Amino acid sequence: MAETVRLRIKRQLSPDSSPFWEEFEVPMIHGMNVIACLVEIQKNPVTKDGKKTTPVAWECSCLEEVCGACTMIINGRVRQACSALVKDLEQPIVLEPMTKFPVVRDLVVDRQKMFDNLIKVKAWVPIDGTHHMGPGPKIPEPERAIHYELSKCMTCGCCLEVCPQFNEKSDFMGAQIISQVRLFNFHPTGASLKEDRLHALMGKGGVHECGNAQNCVEVCPKEIPLTHSIGEVGRQVTLQALKDWFMK
Amino acid sequence: MTEIAVDRSFFNRRLHSFLGIFPIGLFILEHFFTNSFAVHGATVYNSKIEFFKELPYLLAIETIFIFLPLLFHGIYGLYIVYTGEPNNLQYGYYRNWMYLIQRVTGVILLFFIGWHVYVTRISALLYGTEVSYQYMAKMFTNPVVFWWMVIGVVSAAFHFANGIWSFCIVWGITVGPKAQKRMGWITLGLFVVLAFVGIRALLAFHI
Ligand code: HEM
Ligand code: SF4
Ligand code: SF4
Ligand code: FES
Repeated sequence: MAETVRLRIKRQLSPDSSPFWEEFEVPMIHGMNVIACLVEIQKNPVTKDGKKTTPVAWECSCLEEVCGACTMIINGRVRQACSALVKDLEQPIVLEPMTKFPVVRDLVVDRQKMFDNLIKVKAWVPIDGTHHMGPGPKIPEPERAIHYELSKCMTCGCCLEVCPQFNEKSDFMGAQIISQVRLFNFHPTGASLKEDRLHALMGKGGVHECGNAQNCVEVCPKEIPLTHSIGEVGRQVTLQALKDWFMK
Repeated sequence: MTEIAVDRSFFNRRLHSFLGIFPIGLFILEHFFTNSFAVHGATVYNSKIEFFKELPYLLAIETIFIFLPLLFHGIYGLYIVYTGEPNNLQYGYYRNWMYLIQRVTGVILLFFIGWHVYVTRISALLYGTEVSYQYMAKMFTNPVVFWWMVIGVVSAAFHFANGIWSFCIVWGITVGPKAQKRMGWITLGLFVVLAFVGIRALLAFHI
């Protein structure tokens, strides 16, 4: 038999059913990533022991680590399946769904919470209106460079998966949202909603619930300076609290 | 514009953070320093603590500046510990270990300070126990008590030093990663110095 790839996958057929493990062995293809292994299983959904089973469900879209859809736990570490190359991984490759979001099926999870939080903190630049507003203000290059880094967030949720403070016992919204607040508060037009955003982050699950374990910055695949954002937003919130306390 | 209600958790969390330094942290510094008089022997030590015992409004000062802040910081700290789910075995990064040790030392301190305040302060109030160099030295002849003191002192030194590090991020004093790293070294140094001072004071009772 030609060279093969062994996989151990944690499966779950519906949101409320209990998880179970299945092992697979698929043919090795030169340069293959974890997604390609899952495609092979889909083509021939048979376990390692020759038992027929249902194909393993997963999500992917961009296949170049910019959409975040394929995020899962691979050999114990949360990352994107599309950029996880089989040749770099120890076998059997262990695949698990993320643990901090509700499982939809197998490796598919529901990240809706993150999008709800983006709405909660008004993570946008308000330009809606009935009249033409003209060109936006110019942003100096050094600032633009930082904006660009922050804007690379793909809402994958890695930073939340590894955060000890992001769990069912706490309302903490996590590093991703704090970093997006920094991005939109930075923007000259976006800054008109700055107070609303800071108040949202002083509310339930805000920046104060961070415990400074700094795991988030270690795993962010887009290398976003998350702990810098936490420090910066911490400072903005401190100043906002002083303003609320003494000037209102 | 809609107003989103600022949650109580924000106030509580920032109060917890603030009290960790003012006054609890400052008190720890004073406490380590004052007890270091033991290095100069029983007579010096006893005369120094006599000064503290005779402070006017002592009970009010202790209650407002030490007891109540500690009670709040300790109880809310336990709640913070409860809301965290450590994952150090899976993600063994340096700062993640510091996060865990901060919580472990916090819980140790809750037990330690409770016991320590009982034997050195409450028993004096209740039964008129004469707290002095000799009283401490006698207690320390029991190795269990002595090592329990060492654990308490080292835990307090770590918790306070590492607490300064996170305090500086929480309030936005060390904003960037370089500043945070520099503060990491400074507070690590403070931990070593405080642990040294604390243990040396303990050893001065243990002859
Ligand atoms: C009585 C038992 C104690 C418990 C249960 C406790 C618990 C905690 C916890 C869980 C944290 C982490 C908070 C966070 O990262 O969000 C913390 C932070 C801190 N603690 Fe304590 N602690 C105790 C005693 C003390 C003492 C005696 C001191 C002073 C030496 C102290 C000073 C600090 C400081 C300065 C911080 C940092 C505040 C921050 O990060 O915002 N704690 N404590
Ligand atoms: S610093 Fe730690 S506690 Fe804070 S968001 Fe990052 S991982 Fe979570
Ligand atoms: S900040 Fe990084 S880890 Fe977190 S969601 Fe965005 S891209 Fe993913
Ligand atoms: S498919 Fe988009 S990040 Fe992997």
